[in-house]
Amino acid sequence: MDATITFTVNGKSRTVITDPQRPLLDVLREDLQLTGTKYGCGEGQCRACTVLMNGKSVASCITPISDADKQTILTIEGIANGDKLHPVQQAFLEEGAFQCGYCTAGMIMGTVALLKEIPKPTDADIVSKMNRHICRCCSYPKYLRAIHRAAEQTRKEAA
Amino acid sequence: MKTNSELHEPLAATDEIDYNELIEPVGYDFGLSRRSFVQILGAGLLLVVASAPALAQERRRGGGDFFGRGARTLSARLHIGKDGIITVMTGKVEAGQGARAELTQAAAEELRVAPGQVQLVMSDTALAPDDGITAGSGSTPRTVPVIRQAAAAARELLVDFAAKQLGVERGSISVRDSKATDAAGKRVVSYADLAANEEVTKDFAQPISSDVTLTAVKEWKVMGTSLIRPNAREVVTGAHKYPSDIIRPGMLYGKILRAPAIGAKLVSVDVSVAKAMKDVAVAQSDGFVGVAGPTSFQAEDASDALSKTAKWDSVTLPSSKELFDYLKQYAEGGVPANPFADEIAKAAKVVRQNYNVAYAQHAPLEPRAAVAEWNDGLLTVWTGTQNPFGVRRELAGAFHLSEERVHVIVPDFGAGFGGKHTGEVAVEAARLAQAAGKPVSLRWTREEEFTWAYFRPAAAIEIEASLDADGKLTSWHFININSGNAAVDTPYRVGSDRSRYVPSKPFLRHGSYRGLAATANNFARECFMDELAAAAGADPLDFRLAHLENPRLRAVLETVAEKFGWKERVKKKSSNGGIGLACGTEKGSYVAACVEIELDAKNQIRARHVCEAFECGAIVNPDNLLKQVQGAILMGLGPALREEVRFENGEIQTASFRTYPVPRYEDVPELDIHLVNRPDIPSAGAGETPIMCVAPAIANAVFQATGKRVREMPIRLSAV
Repeated sequence: MDATITFTVNGKSRTVITDPQRPLLDVLREDLQLTGTKYGCGEGQCRACTVLMNGKSVASCITPISDADKQTILTIEGIANGDKLHPVQQAFLEEGAFQCGYCTAGMIMGTVALLKEIPKPTDADIVSKMNRHICRCCSYPKYLRAIHRAAEQTRKEAA
Repeated sequence: MKTNSELHEPLAATDEIDYNELIEPVGYDFGLSRRSFVQILGAGLLLVVASAPALAQERRRGGGDFFGRGARTLSARLHIGKDGIITVMTGKVEAGQGARAELTQAAAEELRVAPGQVQLVMSDTALAPDDGITAGSGSTPRTVPVIRQAAAAARELLVDFAAKQLGVERGSISVRDSKATDAAGKRVVSYADLAANEEVTKDFAQPISSDVTLTAVKEWKVMGTSLIRPNAREVVTGAHKYPSDIIRPGMLYGKILRAPAIGAKLVSVDVSVAKAMKDVAVAQSDGFVGVAGPTSFQAEDASDALSKTAKWDSVTLPSSKELFDYLKQYAEGGVPANPFADEIAKAAKVVRQNYNVAYAQHAPLEPRAAVAEWNDGLLTVWTGTQNPFGVRRELAGAFHLSEERVHVIVPDFGAGFGGKHTGEVAVEAARLAQAAGKPVSLRWTREEEFTWAYFRPAAAIEIEASLDADGKLTSWHFININSGNAAVDTPYRVGSDRSRYVPSKPFLRHGSYRGLAATANNFARECFMDELAAAAGADPLDFRLAHLENPRLRAVLETVAEKFGWKERVKKKSSNGGIGLACGTEKGSYVAACVEIELDAKNQIRARHVCEAFECGAIVNPDNLLKQVQGAILMGLGPALREEVRFENGEIQTASFRTYPVPRYEDVPELDIHLVNRPDIPSAGAGETPIMCVAPAIANAVFQATGKRVREMPIRLSAV
């Protein structure tokens, strides 16, 4: 039985009528054409599909769309301010912090959530919070630098 | 449907090119009749209007060889727009290894333009010349030079044209900042002016002149710099469309009915329930059954309905526990005996050991994906493959089409590591699209990727060597069973020497992997060199250097030993750790690593510090090279310590990131990387070789720490 789901995605109210068990990831990609969020494993093991739900990082591949009803979702497409990149995006760009880039959207969204919680993370904080995110190209050293740079830029912008 | 690669058939072995033998397509054959053909090409065609006849010629000649056929004419490689935008076309793909930046640099350098003025069209079989498969670290040594040559030829045409236009000697023209100027620097002719001249079309229709001077390394302005990937911004904004992100009008999502185990054949299936589902299409040809629906979820529902009624015939296959005995048992012609009986008889010492290397998976983060669309018999497929022209051939073969009716487009995709040389997902998507009469997107699940993608081959390696009374090697006999001949030859001076690869009867579908068999061969050889050093009573570093002549390999080994402080650190004994080293060469590049490991309370091994020196000639893009080396080291930690494909009764038991644990943030050791630049030596590729020292250096460190030799990959001291 289909259900009517109304939720906010990147600041816009969206309504979908669909099977409530479908993963949020599929609805974002297939119904709303927001393909920036990626499928990596379908079981919450790699976090390529990370989006923010009410500001918290979630694995959209194991989140049924019914859980998103009346909630606020932020995806990689929704964090820049027009042409001005989000400081985390800017930092990842400046560091060239990816190889194939397929995990990058999830990595950026995970970093946005991390910096909200810990504005000035240590290496150990990053490892502990970001360990759920797999990068098969193993750009981890570059990502570590990018996350520190992002923290610095976020603090500068806030100041 | 027939499949031409039967499960138990050994692969054809060729000693010449290691790659071809390792590409194992599924071999789909859907035996369709021809349909009428209307050619529909996208907006990209405008780019190459001037070169259309040349492209048609390219297509007729087919393609897909390992090295490709390249561009026959300048127009097939390079197009100058009347707006001055320069488009360079290549059949190479971008899978994260950095080809897009590097090839852009190559063109910009020789054209004397800013990289931003070059638009690089990659891996579109209708637009780009066939540059062969993107594999074997080949883009740097082979494609960079041909692109430089074409760009330099275009630059020389600009010089000719400018000299004529300005009525001055050719020698007085210089090209800088994308313009040709006369000696006084006052009068200027641009690439846009050149493009506006009808005469030049004739020149572009000629073969690319080899009589051009390439820019000397010391003059490089764009090459040798850390140009960031030109589409990096699209990656961080999520705007870049990976193959699995392509959306076509009316597109459905597909799902293939998979066997419950490797080797199982479909006996019967009732497709009626799936067919009755709303908006679901079913494709069925002999053993192949798949569905397509308006969402992935609906396709999965339909596929679940098929699964419930499907009956399978299974086959008996060995388990991963019996693997190495099995591979030896089926070694083609048996395991060869050591031919150096005389040296063995008179040796002061003889050492003989066996090494086993498990099956591994590439597990690129983007699983195999394709979108297929039919338009009046013309098939267009967007897919992630390292072999666009090979996949075009695979599609043409499966559907009995001529190759010019098949258009393969490869958007920059989510990694390959040697794992995406084939086009099975493209063929499957095309079959579904044909049945549905609509475009279909098919993305393998992670479980499918772990089960049905080809594996890095397992290896059983046997080595025997003899030493004289001075601790010098007098003979060397090395056999790799099953995994291949990459880096099978020893770089050391060993006296009588025979090293060879013996194919076996692999029962898992296997193929290329980053570094191919170099990961197995160098593991066994470098572990064995350590055992020989111990037998000779020598330090592992001294023993290697005493048998090593190659100056480039010696240089990286000496560099890494010095940077790591090997000589001092080897004297110290730690209670819960140790150090080890290894070196090697493959595909024209040189690597050496020192590793420090630590053992936890459960005897689990962790790399604490990896110091690696790497040399691949003149460095084209230092930052990209650093990422390739870092990535290879870290990726290599996986199969070195944990990654292992386990299977029983044809069922892959490691088909998830839970059971197949790839490296994560917490595994990153202190990394100390030394990129040795050799501007005097042509650039070699760097995607593979840096992986090959991690595992043996770790195994040697385990010995130093514990006195125990682990002769297996993954290297483990405690039970799984």
